[in-house]
Amino acid sequence: MQTVIYILPELFLSLALMSLLMLGVFIKKSFKLVNSLTIISLIFAIALIINQPNETIKVFNDSYIIDKFSIVMKVITLLFTIFILFISKDYLKNNNIDKIEYPIIILASVIGMILMISSYDLIIFYLGLELQSLCLYILASIKREDQKSTESGLKYFILSSLATGLLLYGCSLIYGFTGSTNFEVISKSLDSVNSGAIFGVVFVIVGLAFKVSAVPFHMWTPDVYEGSPTSVTAFFALVPKIAALSVFIRFMYVPFGNIILQWQTIIIFLSIASMLLGSVAAIGQNNIKRLMAYSSIGHMGYALAGLAAGTNSGVQSLIIYLIIYLVMNLGAFACILLLKRENNYYENINDLSGLSKNHPMIALCFLIIFFSLAGIPPLAGFFAKFYIFISVIEARMYTLAIIGLLATVISAFYYLKIIKIIYFDKPKKPFDTSYDWGLKIPLIISSILILTYFVYPSAILNVISFIEIH
Amino acid sequence: MNFPILSAIIFIPLIGALFILITRGNEKNVEKNSKYVAIFSSIFNFFLSLFLWYLFDASSSNFQFVEEKVWIDGFIKFKLGVDGISILFILLTAFIIPICIFSGINSIKFKIKEFFIAILVLETLMLGVFCSLDLVLFYLFFEGGLIPMFLIIGIWGGYKRVYSAFKFFLFTLLGSVLMLIAIISIYWITGTTDLVQLLDLNISKEYQYLLWLAFFSSFAVKMPMWPVHTWLPDAHVEAPTPGSVVLAAILLKMAGYGFIRFSLGLFPVASEYFTPLIFALSVIAIIYTSLVALMQEDIKKLIAYSSVAHMGFVTIGIFSITKQGLEGSIIQMISHGLISSALFLSVGVIYDRFNSRLISTYGGLVNTMPKYSFFLMIFTLAALGLPGTSGFVGEFLILVGVFQINFFVAATASLGVILSAAYMLWLYRRIIFGQITNSDIKSAKDLNKTETYIFVSLAFLILFFGFYPEPLINTVNVSINNLIENYQTDLDFYLTQTNN
Repeated sequence: MQTVIYILPELFLSLALMSLLMLGVFIKKSFKLVNSLTIISLIFAIALIINQPNETIKVFNDSYIIDKFSIVMKVITLLFTIFILFISKDYLKNNNIDKIEYPIIILASVIGMILMISSYDLIIFYLGLELQSLCLYILASIKREDQKSTESGLKYFILSSLATGLLLYGCSLIYGFTGSTNFEVISKSLDSVNSGAIFGVVFVIVGLAFKVSAVPFHMWTPDVYEGSPTSVTAFFALVPKIAALSVFIRFMYVPFGNIILQWQTIIIFLSIASMLLGSVAAIGQNNIKRLMAYSSIGHMGYALAGLAAGTNSGVQSLIIYLIIYLVMNLGAFACILLLKRENNYYENINDLSGLSKNHPMIALCFLIIFFSLAGIPPLAGFFAKFYIFISVIEARMYTLAIIGLLATVISAFYYLKIIKIIYFDKPKKPFDTSYDWGLKIPLIISSILILTYFVYPSAILNVISFIEIH
Repeated sequence: MNFPILSAIIFIPLIGALFILITRGNEKNVEKNSKYVAIFSSIFNFFLSLFLWYLFDASSSNFQFVEEKVWIDGFIKFKLGVDGISILFILLTAFIIPICIFSGINSIKFKIKEFFIAILVLETLMLGVFCSLDLVLFYLFFEGGLIPMFLIIGIWGGYKRVYSAFKFFLFTLLGSVLMLIAIISIYWITGTTDLVQLLDLNISKEYQYLLWLAFFSSFAVKMPMWPVHTWLPDAHVEAPTPGSVVLAAILLKMAGYGFIRFSLGLFPVASEYFTPLIFALSVIAIIYTSLVALMQEDIKKLIAYSSVAHMGFVTIGIFSITKQGLEGSIIQMISHGLISSALFLSVGVIYDRFNSRLISTYGGLVNTMPKYSFFLMIFTLAALGLPGTSGFVGEFLILVGVFQINFFVAATASLGVILSAAYMLWLYRRIIFGQITNSDIKSAKDLNKTETYIFVSLAFLILFFGFYPEPLINTVNVSINNLIENYQTDLDFYLTQTNN
C-alpha cells in the first residue's frame, strides 16, 4: 500500500478519465461540463504532484521513478495542457468538433506522457509512449468529415508506427545484450565495447528523434501540423514535446550515460540538421501552421544542442529553452486562433496582411512573439538561445555554436517576413473581434512574460537549478 | 551620490514610450498627448544628461556613476558606468533624439503614436549601449536596437523600404551573432563578462585573434566598413528623415565606440596585429566611397556614401592608437553625428516640399529659399572639413595621429578630404545655384519655425566645436591617456611573455 501513495496523481487522473468518460456518455451535450471537469482535475493533479515528497523515490521494483526532474516536467505538461484546453474551446465550438472525446482523449494522452516522464524501465516507457501516441493519432483526425484532418491522422499513424517499431526493436536489442529492462541495470552493463547494445541505442535514438520531430525524421510534422485542426496543432506543438524531450534526457543520461561519446555525435548531427532544415525550409511556406511546424523543427534542433553538450548545465539550458519555447508557441497559436472572420479561420500568412491597422494589440503580440522566436534580444527567446550556447561553448563545440547562430540569422528572415506582412503591407478586411477570454488571457500572459523576462532572467534557472538526472 | 542617474537616463524614454502606449481616447487627443509626452521625456532626458556632464569628473580615468546589481545569479551583472569617452556619446544621443522627434512631427504623416514609441525605445537601447559595463548587457542593447530601427525603416520608409529594412536587419544580425559567440567564449576563458574586471585581466594571446575577429565582424558591419557597407545606402535612402538621422548620428557611432572600448581595451595584441587590415579597408573605403558618392544622383545616397568615407577616417584614427588619432576620431564621430543629421534633415526639408530626392529636380533654390541655402552652406562646408567647423578638428587630429604611424595611409586619406570637397561642393552647386528648372521651386516656402530652430541649434554646435573644441577634448583627455597607457602596458606584458 505504501507505494500507491507515490503514484497518487497518476491514479487520480486515470480515475478522473474513466468517470469523465462515463459522464460524457450518459449526459447528452456535456462538452462544456466535461471540458471544465477535465481542467479542474488537471489542476488538482498538479497540486498532488507538487505535494509529492522532495526526494528521489523508485517504486514498483525500481521501474517507476519520482524525482525532482519528473515533478518539474509533469507540472509543465499539465499546466500547458490546461492552457491548450482554454485556447481551443472557441475553435472547437466554431468547427463543430466540441465533442466530449476531445478533452477525454487529451487527458488520456497526458496520462501516457506522465508515465513516460516517470518511467525507469523500458516496458513502462513503452506503455506510456503507446498510450500517448494512440491518443495523438485520434486527435489529429478528430475532424472526421475533413479530408485533410483524416489524412494527417493516418499519415501520423503510419509513420509513427514505423518509428515506434524501430524503437521497440532497439529496446529488445538493448534487453538482449544487457539482460535487463531497468534503466539503472542497463547503464551498468552498457559500455562502448558492447556493440550489440549500441546498435539498439541507435534505434532508440531514432524513435525518440521521430517523437521530437528532429531532422531527418521530421517528414510527418508539416503535414500533420497543417492537416490537424488548429487547436490540435497547438497541442502537438507544445505538450508531446515536453514528454519526448524529458524521455530523451532521461535515456541519454541514465541508461546511456556511460556511452556519451557514442551518442553525442548522433545528437550533434540531429541538432545541426534540424536547425538548418528548420530555418531554410520555413522560408517558402505560405501556410502559417506549416511554418510553425518548420519553426518547431528548428527549435527542437536548438534544444538538442543543449543535450549534445553532455553536461548538467546543458540539460538545464535545455529545460529553460523548452519552457520558453512553450510560452512562445502558446502565444503564437493563441494569435493564430484569433484570426477568425465569420466562423472561418484563416491560415495563409497573406491573410495577416496589414493586421497592425485593424487589430493593433494582436499585431503587437505577434510582433513580440515572432521577434522572440527569432531570438532577438532583449526578448525571452534570446535568453533561451543564450543559455543553450553557453553550455554548448562550455563543451567547446564551436562548430555547433557557429552553425546554430547562423541558422538563427536564416530563420530570422521568415519571422521577419511575417512581421513585414503584418506591419508593412496594405490592410485587408478586419477579423472578428474576439471576446473569448480563454484565448486572450493566455496570449496576454505569454506576451508579457516574453517581454519582461529580461527583468529577472534567472527566474526559471532558480526553479530548475536543483535538477539532477538520476 | 546614490541616485541611479544612469538608470534614470536610460529608462526615462522607455517610461515615456509606455505612457504613449497606454494613452487611449479619440485620435486627435491621443496624437497630441503622445507628442507632448515624447517631446517632454526626450528633452528632460537631454537636460538630465547635461547635468550628468556637469557632475562628471573629467580628471579621473575611472568609470563613474557606477551602478551594479546582480542580474543572472553568479553570472551576469547589470553594471552601468561612464567614462570620458562614453559620456560624449550619451550627450550626442540625448541631443539628437529630440531633434528627430521634432522632425518626425513635421514629416511623419501616419501612425505617429507608434513612431514616437519606436524612437523612444530606440533611445533607451542606444543609451544602454554607451552605459553598459558588461559584455552581455552591451550585446543585449546593441542587438535590441535592431527591432525599432527595422520597424522605423519598414513602416515609414520610402518605396523600397521592405528590401532595405530586411537588408539592414539581416546584415547586422549576421555580423553580431559571431560577437555573441565571442562573448560567451570570453566568459568561459576568464570567468567573467564584467568589463572593468576584463580590462585588468589579460586574455591569453592565442584566443585574442579569433575573439578580435568576431567582434570586428559585428562592428565592421555596423560601422560600416568596406566591403560590408552596402546596407547603409539602402537603409539611409529608404528610411524616413528622422530614421536616417538616428542611423547616421548614433547607430553608426556604436561601432566606433565598440572598437575603442572592446577591441582596443580587451585585445591589444590582436589590435596591433590587425591594424594593417583596418588601415587597408579604411583607405579603400575613403577613396572608393568618395568616388561613388561623386557619381550619385540621389542626394540621400550621396550623403550615405560620404558617411562611409567619414567613418573610414574614424577607424584609421582609432587604430593609429595615438592620442591625437583617438581624440580626433571621437571628435570626428561627434561632429559627424551633428553634421550628417543636419544634412539628412536638410534633405528632409526639401523632400517634404518637392517630394524628390534626385539632384536633377533641383536647382536655383537660393532664389526662393535663402535661409535654407545659408544653413545648407554651413553644413556642406562642415562636411568637407573647412577650418572653423567641427568637421575640421576631427579630421585634422586624425591625420596628425596617423602621420606618426604610417605616412602612406595618412597621405591617401588626405586625398579623401579633397574628394569630399569635390562631391559636397558640386552637390551644393547643383541644388542651390543655377537656373530654376522645376516650377514648384518658384513657389517654395522657406524654412518654418521648427526647422529654423533645429538648424540654428545644429549650426551653432557645429561652429562652436569648430572654434572651441576644448570642452570635448577636456572630457576625453584623461580617459584616452589611460586607454593608451593600458594598451601599451598590456602589449609590453605580452611581449615579455613571448621573450621568456
